[in-house]
Amino acid sequence: MLELQNITYQADGKTILDDVSLTIDERFVAITGPNGSGKSTLAKIVTGILPPTSGRILLDGQDITELSITERAQAGVTFAFQQPVRFKGLTVLDLISLAAGKKLSAAAACDYLSDVGLCARDYVNRELNASLSGGELKRIEIAMANARGTKLTIFDEPEAGIDLWSFQSLIRVFENMHERTNGSIVIISHQERILDIADKIVLLKAGKIDAIGTKEEILPAILASSASCHKMEGGKD
Amino acid sequence: MDAIQKTLLQQVSDLHEVPKGAYSIRINGRLDSKGSSENIEIVTKDNLPGIDIYVKPGTKNESVHIPVIIAQTGIKELVYNDFHIGEDSDIVIVAGCGIHNSGDQTSEHSGIHRFFLEKNARVKYVEKHYGEGEGTGERIMNPTTEVTLGEGAYLEMETTQIRGIDNTIRVTKGTVGKDASFIVREKILTHGKQFAETGFDVKLEGENSSTHVVSRSVAQDESRQLFRSHIDGDNLCEGRSECDAIIMDSAVVSAIPEINANHPDASLVHEAAIGRIAGEQLIKLMTLGLTQKEAEEQIINGFLK
Repeated sequence: MLELQNITYQADGKTILDDVSLTIDERFVAITGPNGSGKSTLAKIVTGILPPTSGRILLDGQDITELSITERAQAGVTFAFQQPVRFKGLTVLDLISLAAGKKLSAAAACDYLSDVGLCARDYVNRELNASLSGGELKRIEIAMANARGTKLTIFDEPEAGIDLWSFQSLIRVFENMHERTNGSIVIISHQERILDIADKIVLLKAGKIDAIGTKEEILPAILASSASCHKMEGGKD
Repeated sequence: MDAIQKTLLQQVSDLHEVPKGAYSIRINGRLDSKGSSENIEIVTKDNLPGIDIYVKPGTKNESVHIPVIIAQTGIKELVYNDFHIGEDSDIVIVAGCGIHNSGDQTSEHSGIHRFFLEKNARVKYVEKHYGEGEGTGERIMNPTTEVTLGEGAYLEMETTQIRGIDNTIRVTKGTVGKDASFIVREKILTHGKQFAETGFDVKLEGENSSTHVVSRSVAQDESRQLFRSHIDGDNLCEGRSECDAIIMDSAVVSAIPEINANHPDASLVHEAAIGRIAGEQLIKLMTLGLTQKEAEEQIINGFLK
């Protein structure tokens, strides 16, 4: 279970997150909200990439606020980046092995790649360099998170660039992952189809929790507000 | 060979013992042993230290090993090795030099390797430089490679120097004939106060000739590296040089490219990128559970793989 207690994050005189308290114990938790609402910052604070200005973070009751990125990863936190990182020289097999924490055979790595819709044989020995497209990198990033299989996994906009694959397959990856780890999967997303599978939805606005609840409680309000936004932007009616 | 010499031999040529086929092993400034095969003859030079290697036309799937080992402090040598590669042959040449310096005097090996490839000959040339030893004496290596490629010939050179060499000036020159191709892949890692200078100088003389020279390097601590490349395109040709370096600590790397298109159909490219390991790369690997040091090692090992 992940528990955030009164997390505030300030940078350059601005408050990005403002007294956020949240418990995550469900299978799938979606964090949504407008651009700039603090969703990615929250993920970086949980994974140790950014230190909170104040507040505590607890993982299964253990205070991890002062732990480094490495220590949190070892404690069971995984983060799939919104913008995957490229590496000259390191191959897909190298990265999936590092994620799994052991040297994987090509066959074992292939299973993770097949899950994200990549023809494994074409990919295991490819370098994670500029020759891969954004969508390919994104799916490899998801495969790496899957290979880690920790009790808490955070995906930052995993659906971006998966147009050639499918939402259904992405959701299947999440489901299989949960079955294997029995942990919580946090998904930062704007996509209705992703919000639709969430057991809990957290709506962030301007660094604060605006609403929190089941999809039945939250989704109608989000959809209504986004529809009214479209109306306003359209300038008609 | 004693244990130190055997270790050096393994480091520079992956050999555990005297190889089969054509070879020449040089230890502590003199020829230790050599052997020829039916198609590859190794002859000691009369007037200079070094050997001539003659490969008969049409020789295929054979290899030549010519490791050099210096395990005594204070040895300085300059060796001339000439490779004469006959038409239509296709062989692998493994050279390399290992220095173990446990004393306080400088040990230095300079090798001048000249390759003459006849029509349609193909060579893969692998060269490793390695240094070790607890002494305060410097370990210096200055390899010079001069390649002359006849029509349709192809030479691919892989040259590696990972740690251990205090000072090196590496000179690689090529003259590339019609339809011929010259490929060089260099990997260097310097640390401490080491200095490495690399100079590529390639002349694309023949019609449809090509070259691709790539240097990937890592400079750690206070080490310094200088990369120069000079490609002349004198005909319809394609040339490309790349310098890609990671700097760490207070190391310094300079890249000085020069490409001259002396013919309207010459197409030449130079790319150079020097910088620290990207912070996001370290963070990504740390989120996989690696420490910062482990992450750096993985990134460097991959980069120099």
